[in-house]
Amino acid sequence: MNARVIHWFKFASPQNFYVLAGRMWPWFATLATLLAAVGLWISFFVAPTDAQQGEGYRIIFVHVPASQMSMFIYLVMAAWAGFGLAFNTRLSGMMASALAPTGALFAFLSLATGALWGKPMWGAWWVWDARLTSELILLFLYLGFLALQSSIDDPRRADKACAVLALVGVVNVPIIYFSVKWWNTLHQGASVSLTKSPTMASTMLWGMLIMVVACWMYAITIALLRVRNIILERERHTEWVKHALE
Amino acid sequence: MHWNSVSDFFAMGGYAFYVWGSFGLTAAVVAGEVLLLRAQRKSILRNLRDELLSEGSPS
Repeated sequence: MNARVIHWFKFASPQNFYVLAGRMWPWFATLATLLAAVGLWISFFVAPTDAQQGEGYRIIFVHVPASQMSMFIYLVMAAWAGFGLAFNTRLSGMMASALAPTGALFAFLSLATGALWGKPMWGAWWVWDARLTSELILLFLYLGFLALQSSIDDPRRADKACAVLALVGVVNVPIIYFSVKWWNTLHQGASVSLTKSPTMASTMLWGMLIMVVACWMYAITIALLRVRNIILERERHTEWVKHALE
Repeated sequence: MHWNSVSDFFAMGGYAFYVWGSFGLTAAVVAGEVLLLRAQRKSILRNLRDELLSEGSPS
């Protein structure tokens, strides 16, 4: 057999993934820091003032990345959860649990920065509009996942119950994404889409995209750090953890 | 550069509260999550060491 084939399933064991995650996170943390520095510099010093919204529009440089992360993390979390149900791998449930708190925080940031934008632009912190309401439901789904997780003592059973919840909740993600098309809403439509050319100045777009990638790198860093904590806690009675400490 | 002065920059064209509120909140959440994870790791390691010590030497 070819010795250079990478044995991916080797990393499905928590013990091996603990080591791998420990080696990987500093790279992602460095990338996140550098990209955030460039992104923030563009956000404040390169991107021009918006003709309609003045300087207030600069909130989108955190609002858009937070919002798309909240949806994307949910999809990745549900994918890990589904993988865990299908193949009964222990690491999958741990990955899903490692992503949930960060997803919840991004959903919260999306709503909070949206409110801070809505007050001066719409004159209201909150409206019961399709986009905002479905994003609020996303936050509740994350909180439900976390509450369910902590209410079941056996982590393997908790993983299964949470996986079902995560998979059912996936239906909400396309609802959030398409809500601005399907219903009349106060929230503006997408500024960036795959089918049309973007409707914003290119430096604004670049700033936003770099901030988006920075958030991805941040989320990966945090997920790796948190999964290491989860692995240590769940595997604390195994020999390898004892050896790793000595 | 479209800012004429430092105070101009901090005023954000009258949107200071909303813009700095958004960025400040995000920064606080990020810093909080990182610090929390670090504290969590320390406490897990401390508990594990304590468990190991009590197993090693019957008191």
